[in-house]
Amino acid sequence: MSNLRDKKPPSLVALSTGFVLVWLVIAAFPFLWTMWGSFKVEADFFSRADWMNAITGPVTERQHGSPFTGAGYEGAWVEQEFWRAVVNTAIVTFSVVVISLTLGTLGGYALARSGFKYTFWLLMAALVFRAMPHVTLVSGYLLPFFQLNIWGYLPTTIIVLVAINQPFTLWMLHSFFLSIPKDLDEAAMVDGCTRFQAFRLAIIPVMWPGVVTTGLFSFLLAYNDFTVTSMLLTQENATMIPKINSFLGSTQEEGKVMYAVAAVVSAIVPLFVLILFFQRQIVSGLTAGAVKG
Amino acid sequence: MPHKTFLAFIWPSLLAMILFIALPIVSVGYQSLFIEHEQILIESETCGPFGCDTEVSVDAAAMAELREAQPAGRFTGLGTYTNASHLAFDEIGEIFATSENFGEIRNRIMNLPFYKALIFTLAYTFIVTPLVIILGFAIALVVNSIPRLLKGPVIFFSLLPMLVTPLVGSLVLYWMIDSRGIIGAALQALFSDPTLSLKASPTLTWITLFVYGVWHSAPFAFVVFYAGLQTVPQDTLESAMVDGASRWERVRFVIVPYLMPLATFIALMQLMDNFRVFEPIIGFSAAASATSLSYLIYNDLRASESPLFGSAAATSLLTILGVIILLLPVLRRNWREFNRKT
Repeated sequence: MSNLRDKKPPSLVALSTGFVLVWLVIAAFPFLWTMWGSFKVEADFFSRADWMNAITGPVTERQHGSPFTGAGYEGAWVEQEFWRAVVNTAIVTFSVVVISLTLGTLGGYALARSGFKYTFWLLMAALVFRAMPHVTLVSGYLLPFFQLNIWGYLPTTIIVLVAINQPFTLWMLHSFFLSIPKDLDEAAMVDGCTRFQAFRLAIIPVMWPGVVTTGLFSFLLAYNDFTVTSMLLTQENATMIPKINSFLGSTQEEGKVMYAVAAVVSAIVPLFVLILFFQRQIVSGLTAGAVKG
Repeated sequence: MPHKTFLAFIWPSLLAMILFIALPIVSVGYQSLFIEHEQILIESETCGPFGCDTEVSVDAAAMAELREAQPAGRFTGLGTYTNASHLAFDEIGEIFATSENFGEIRNRIMNLPFYKALIFTLAYTFIVTPLVIILGFAIALVVNSIPRLLKGPVIFFSLLPMLVTPLVGSLVLYWMIDSRGIIGAALQALFSDPTLSLKASPTLTWITLFVYGVWHSAPFAFVVFYAGLQTVPQDTLESAMVDGASRWERVRFVIVPYLMPLATFIALMQLMDNFRVFEPIIGFSAAASATSLSYLIYNDLRASESPLFGSAAATSLLTILGVIILLLPVLRRNWREFNRKT
């Protein structure tokens, strides 16, 4: 009987299907549109005459002999040396993920296993630090960094990003370690391991799911950062996002705006791939904080 | 775990946080008490065939020396906080004394940079956050009812707006709402007004930024609510059904109360993230009609000649104060829970 009553009236089915479709268009269409448009020339992507031009590309065909052109990508990657920014981003994100996970697992493990009062205060301090707008911290860095002459280099930025990332990493790994039974490392210590050996031999083998999830979010933070990287890096050392922003200053010239479009699409594609492979982990990571909250 | 072992495990991450989060806050506090050096001017006389000209210029060498000696600048105490580009006490007093009606007070306060940024930041935070929660909940409810096969792809595409870099996401939308872009052109056709531009008026720019904010954050609320919906106790739902609750009543009296803690969690995260709104203002080139506190700081540090460290630091400290006020209820609740436990 309950099954019968649970059957939805057709109007509700239609309504909810329509709602999902509308949401899908809102969420995905801008990206697909921009990806498609990045293979056109500016006169088509920003068409005064007819928006259909962005799809069919008549001007692109006139200029390049085919409705698709890689001119934007060529300009961005070769002429404007976007590849350099890509290399920098790769270095920064890789180092940030590795370092912040190393520090975070050690710290998160300690926070999860120590029953003293100061763990509460540390976690609260981490929460407040997590809420600090990054740009307020940057304004604290600049002057000392100028004085110490360490401004503008990749290692400085990496360490800063690791530190900014720590509160979040600690919270996440702390709650993850809480879900690993205490008996596991206590048994190892009864068998004669030191605390560190117990961590290395008993905990590390079972901690990978939590570490992968936390690593994904560390990656996203480093990859998506604009505030820190744009203020702390020189032009040559710029990562992708500040580089894209610097394209915008020079977009008045005809065609240059397509460089920025191509660069933006180049920055989106890795995220596409990431979500494709790690969707499950991302979803579980987003909800991990909520479950215990 | 003994104190010593605890310290051995946590010191690297503690050191990183102290060096690069706690100390910068102290450094910001210190810098905010200083302002830039006055420019040292020198007069030089250049004599040509038509008499002599005196020229006033900045003595670069002496300035460099002064900066070397006192990198933070001149001491002003709390002068930076009260000047016209921050709390502007004098100006506020004058505005209240000389304005006739509320509209005028509002307009004149909106001309003060700090208050303009503060009002936008607060408006953004408190308009976007509830909308995100409502929209996210609606999407979660609907996605939960579609066939299992479709859920994966729907979640995949839903995650995009949230995970894409804010600057990149706002640029993608910015190009579409350009009057030559597809949304801009569509709006012009819809209202049959060929001069309509979302970038022209401050109100429309604000709305654009709010829409961007909801678009960017709704997926987060959706994913959290969706995961919560999977754990709603079926027994309660069924007994509500037996008692004759309609579909709407089941949502209202079973699902919503059950998901309330999640809503609090989302609200907390969103308040923190929305309060630092910054990238969309750059992405949408909206600085003329909407600035946020974060943007003010960025702008001071980016000042063309030499960065205005003092001004940026004062705004930073006021922003940090805002964050703490925002978090107070949460901290108090955590503290009470902690006390109950011990």
